[in-house]
Amino acid sequence: MPSAQAQNHRESVLKAEALTKQVSSPEGPLTIVNAVSLEIMAGESVAILGESGAGKSTLLALLAGLDDPTSGRIILAGTDLTSLDEDGRARLRAQRVGFVFQSFHLVPALTALENVMLPLELTGTRNAAAAALDSLTRVGLGLRARHYPRQLSGGEQQRVALARAFVTQPAVLFADEPTGNLDAVTGERIAERLFELNSAVGTTLVLVTHEESLAQRCARQLRMSAGRLV
Amino acid sequence: MLALRLLLREWRSGELGVLLAALSIAVAALTGVGFLVDRIDAAIDLQAREVLAADLRLRSRNPMVSHIFDEAARRGVASARVASLLTVVFHGEQSQLANIRAVSSGYPLRGRVRISSQPFTAGHETRAIPGRGEVWADSRLLAATGAQIGSPLSIGTATLKVTQVLISRPDQGGAFSDLAPNLIINDADLPGTQLIQPGSRVGYAALFAGDKAMVAAFKTWLAANKQPGERLMDVEEASPQIHTAVDRAGRFLSLASLVSVLLCCIAVAMSARRYVQRHLDVVALMKTLGATRRLTLTVSYLQLLCIALLATAIGSLVGFGVQEWLLHALRGLFATELPAASAAPLALGLLAAVAVLSGFALPPLLQLSRVPALRVLRRDIGPPPTLVLLAFGPAVLVILGLIAWVVRELRLFLQVSAGLVVFIAVLTLAGLALVSVAGRLRTSVGVSWRYGIANLSRRRAESVLQIACFGTGLMVLLVLGLVHGDLLDDWRRALPVDAPNYFFINIPADKRVEFVQFLQAQGGRTTRVLPMIRGRMTQIRGRPIATLALQGERGEEFSQREQNLTWTPTLGDDNAIVAGRWWTANDTGKPLVSVATEYAESLNIHVGDTLSFDIAGEPLTATVASIRKVKWDSFQPNFFLVFAPGVLDETAGSYLTSAFLRPEQARSLAQLAKRFPGVSIFDIDDMLTQVRTMADKAALAVQSVFLFTLFAGLTVLLAAVQASRDQRRFESAILRTLGASRRVVALGVIAEFLTLGLLAGALAAAGASIGGYFLATRVLQIPYTLDQRVWLVGVLGGAALVAISGWIATRSVVHQPPLATLRTNYQ
Repeated sequence: MPSAQAQNHRESVLKAEALTKQVSSPEGPLTIVNAVSLEIMAGESVAILGESGAGKSTLLALLAGLDDPTSGRIILAGTDLTSLDEDGRARLRAQRVGFVFQSFHLVPALTALENVMLPLELTGTRNAAAAALDSLTRVGLGLRARHYPRQLSGGEQQRVALARAFVTQPAVLFADEPTGNLDAVTGERIAERLFELNSAVGTTLVLVTHEESLAQRCARQLRMSAGRLV
Repeated sequence: MLALRLLLREWRSGELGVLLAALSIAVAALTGVGFLVDRIDAAIDLQAREVLAADLRLRSRNPMVSHIFDEAARRGVASARVASLLTVVFHGEQSQLANIRAVSSGYPLRGRVRISSQPFTAGHETRAIPGRGEVWADSRLLAATGAQIGSPLSIGTATLKVTQVLISRPDQGGAFSDLAPNLIINDADLPGTQLIQPGSRVGYAALFAGDKAMVAAFKTWLAANKQPGERLMDVEEASPQIHTAVDRAGRFLSLASLVSVLLCCIAVAMSARRYVQRHLDVVALMKTLGATRRLTLTVSYLQLLCIALLATAIGSLVGFGVQEWLLHALRGLFATELPAASAAPLALGLLAAVAVLSGFALPPLLQLSRVPALRVLRRDIGPPPTLVLLAFGPAVLVILGLIAWVVRELRLFLQVSAGLVVFIAVLTLAGLALVSVAGRLRTSVGVSWRYGIANLSRRRAESVLQIACFGTGLMVLLVLGLVHGDLLDDWRRALPVDAPNYFFINIPADKRVEFVQFLQAQGGRTTRVLPMIRGRMTQIRGRPIATLALQGERGEEFSQREQNLTWTPTLGDDNAIVAGRWWTANDTGKPLVSVATEYAESLNIHVGDTLSFDIAGEPLTATVASIRKVKWDSFQPNFFLVFAPGVLDETAGSYLTSAFLRPEQARSLAQLAKRFPGVSIFDIDDMLTQVRTMADKAALAVQSVFLFTLFAGLTVLLAAVQASRDQRRFESAILRTLGASRRVVALGVIAEFLTLGLLAGALAAAGASIGGYFLATRVLQIPYTLDQRVWLVGVLGGAALVAISGWIATRSVVHQPPLATLRTNYQ
């Protein structure tokens, strides 16, 4: 893996050009992301830092194709996201993108194993259960595979989310405040696990956080203020 | 496959339970009624074929031309002939008027003749007909003439030997002319009797039966090629009244089941709404992980289809079980074993399930598929708002479609739809009023009750909906349960104790004085004795009946069937002239007729109109001299059409009367039957008991259908509880964190549902009292006395049922530890 990482290092996996997002508000149009341009190389880990309301989560949503920009272009894994419709973006995400969220976002009706299987099932991967169990084992939850989210602690739920994010070996992993809902010790362990997996799989990591210490674990830090990169 | 796996996982979570239950109840209500009506309809068809002794029957006063039999044979349709006439048969010195049927081989084509070697026994079925020189005479004829098997019977100029006792034949019919004793002979013996002379009253019938399609094609040919005066009857026509009655009963039961279906629709909509609310995050997440909108839509469609199939399977099974149980309870109402049910109601159940889901669950589910993936980051984002038309249009269409399908008549459709709107409006207003009254009481009660009642007021819309739905279910049951039983009793009690309880029909004209004297000698209190002949009305005001546009089924019925006619110089005290005048002695012999109000109204007949009749082949035109209001429940002989004396006196006919006989006097009826064997005796008490039994059974059928309504009301309650479960869980956790004991919280929940049940029960009792009043005074026109039990059963029953159901549905919420709830951060 490290050799593959070294090979890919110079390729651009995510590129934004003059990305702008405006929304209407009672006071008139509001620019949340303002002409942001950036480029992230394969295998790189980048933190997007900023205060609440700086626009970092909106930027992450735009980069991951969860939202449409008002203007600008995004190239994700060689594909122009802005030229795709919603379903096209979804298909691209299924193949190339992983996510970790602040509030875990596990499906309550599914067991830990089934939650991890979900992205594999969406791409029609065979032996989804075996791969999912393997991924769960890598986050230390192999024995809790049949447990439901409500039977797991917050830290364990986030580990299930990590297993789900890495099970498809995505090209890019977007993490939105992954330790935000956890206590300091658990948060630290989760961060540890996230970077371990990231380096093992060779995934490009885009991490949104307001925690300086977490951001410092990334190779590069981008700071946002009032919708712009500073 | 993914969709199915997701469905299975969803199913495990229990989220879809209420949806499935509601849908299953809707299907069960519809298919239960469907199976029932289907089987009864099939049985009536079967009976009707037996009544015709064929699939098609062509009747005429003239012999049939032979080429129709040739044509039938060419088409592969079986045929047989019957000639019938009334004549007196002799056994030595003994004579008796009998209905003679000369039949050809193959008779009857449908149903079976039963014969025996002993009179008055059950006998056995036979496919044969009497051989040449043989006669099969029924038990009454043998008893009246003293003949037995082996005896010679003189019929016209022929003498035939009795070889079998005729127990029954399928085409016996119920008309009075058919009440004469019967005998069957071989049609080859008919010419030898020399009974067929110019002017003799012989009825000819050609019977046809065979494959359905071939018979249908032959019927078309026959209708085009039959002679004037020949009348074609098929199964539909053979029993129009019973078909109409079953059709009406079926439509009423379907309408009743529709009430359950509509309540289930509400439960389905509530469940679907909650399902959508609970799944916004999941769908957003799936989209984030790469699910396309098409996939999420496919998942929704497949899930709905699976639920529809499952609900159809469960509902149909329940419906079939209920129908089997009902038929068991209704046994005795049908003369024959009922044929097996067809699969048509199953298709109907599936169709209804898909329709209900499409109307009530699909629109919110479609919305669900439109939730943006961005929701994983911003929980305030939901699906884009939908047009009101798209959200509610399908639901309204499905409801209207279901009503239209059930009533199948534009006027009734409009009435039911408008009625539904008014009913919903009234229930909503009543529910609102009840909730606000309950809300005012909360300051004067303890903490648990205050919490419970506060919950009702806070979730006002849901409370009103639950009260209205559950109240409806309870109301219809109360109306039926407590009103129907008393109605017939009240009516019977209202009759004088010495009202006639026996009817006597077919009294020979020359024996009527002797007959009445016999009855009086036994202590019987006789009423008037009236002659009776049969006639068919042909014209009103000079216009043929067939060309008149008649309003309503009763008018059609009056105009089509043969009428019983009478004449009398005196107006009975149970008759009152409402228009025109009764005749005087000077009117004797004038062609005047007096018409009963029901008849006049149905056929739009007025005083001065002319009515033309065909009486025993003779035309007669009479002028309407008066319209009479008849008190039918006097149980005296009464007729729709009464002629002035001297007009019909020449026509041969029989007489009828009624009498009151005390039980000990009634024993003499056996003697009477022996002395006047041709007279038919009807026991009114027996008939009333039969009516009562039938009414009880019909009420049972309707009640069991409305039981579904109660269950449907309960699913609405469960759906509402499910919808508020997260909120309840959170509130319960907060209350317990603040120091409330589990008991206080539990009491609060029970208080809430108890109040809800009390209010629904009060609404049901009020509705049932008003409904019962209108049913009794407007529809049945009998006095109504308010039954206090309605309130007792309604309020207490409603409170108990709702409190228990509500508590069962919510107890897990109360028992959940507060920390677990607060940790999961439900909002």
